[in-house]
Amino acid sequence: MEETTFRVGDRVRIKEMYPDGHHRTTYFVKGKTGLINRYFGKYKNPENLAYGGDGLPMRELYWVEFDINDLWDHEAGKKQDKLYIEIYEHWLEPV
Amino acid sequence: MAHSHDHHNGGHGHHHGDHPHTYSQDPGAHNARMQSDDAYREGAVAQVEHDLDYYQVRVMALLGILREKGILTTDEMRRAVEEIYGQSPAIGSRIIARAWVDEGFKERLLADADAACAEVGVDTTGINRVVALENTDTTRYMVVCTLCSCYPRQILGQPPTWYKSFPYRSKAVTDPRGTLKDMGFDAPDDVELIVIDSNADCRYLIIPQRPAGTEDWTEAQLFQLVTRDSMIGVGDPLTPAQLEEAMQASEQAS
Repeated sequence: MEETTFRVGDRVRIKEMYPDGHHRTTYFVKGKTGLINRYFGKYKNPENLAYGGDGLPMRELYWVEFDINDLWDHEAGKKQDKLYIEIYEHWLEPV
Repeated sequence: MAHSHDHHNGGHGHHHGDHPHTYSQDPGAHNARMQSDDAYREGAVAQVEHDLDYYQVRVMALLGILREKGILTTDEMRRAVEEIYGQSPAIGSRIIARAWVDEGFKERLLADADAACAEVGVDTTGINRVVALENTDTTRYMVVCTLCSCYPRQILGQPPTWYKSFPYRSKAVTDPRGTLKDMGFDAPDDVELIVIDSNADCRYLIIPQRPAGTEDWTEAQLFQLVTRDSMIGVGDPLTPAQLEEAMQASEQAS
């Protein structure tokens, strides 16, 4: 088994960072707490690829699962409804 | 060229870094600022129109320069465009029909979709990773790309206009059940609805539930029931009755 920074079931918070450049972490999950649902493997870093870089070092990519109602101030769905989103390791911190 | 609109290739035509609206275009940030839903929707629609003008002009200028400098020929561009538009949702429908009749194939599709696609002659090498997800009686998936328009183009062709629109991209994550209702589909109250934000390296293919009354149908017959929307997760496949109706309507039209 590949050693990964996080494991399925870990509680994680999405870092609340607002870098000027291109990044894939959507605003509405920043600062929110969710669960690691799946590990996808290592992929080139889009924050570097976007500017013609080689995307290295590769970053671990995870599926993070949220209760959809934890993401908004309003009731966005039923209590069992979820949102899954792909997040690279450097945007995650353990809770 | 074929994937210049998908964001893992870096230099692309959407909204990052070099345009005055960079951050206002993020639906989350946008949503956080707007107090009223109505104002939000109006703003979103206005921005779509604005963006089309802006990017159309920019794309034409860029193509002109590439041609002038001899980097791309008109013929190369034509071939690339033809290749892109040669992809259609029928590729996905074929995969789903196979999964419905072949349990082993479905398991392989769920475990490693890229390998399963290759097995039936569908090339997904332009996608970093394809992920197949199965709708059941208790769980339903729907896919959105809130950042831009990520979509499994090698499997489903070009995304529909609504998929790329701000109203869909924002409402799918702020009111997914309402979004489905807008599109004519009521998600049952007790089902777990999972919204997939296709924001990075994966592209998603939903395996819809096989319609009732098709137990003795062949793969070729089932293929006709699989709609594009059902593979994005915003609707169900056709029922046998709906297919019958559609076929009668098209006969009458011709």
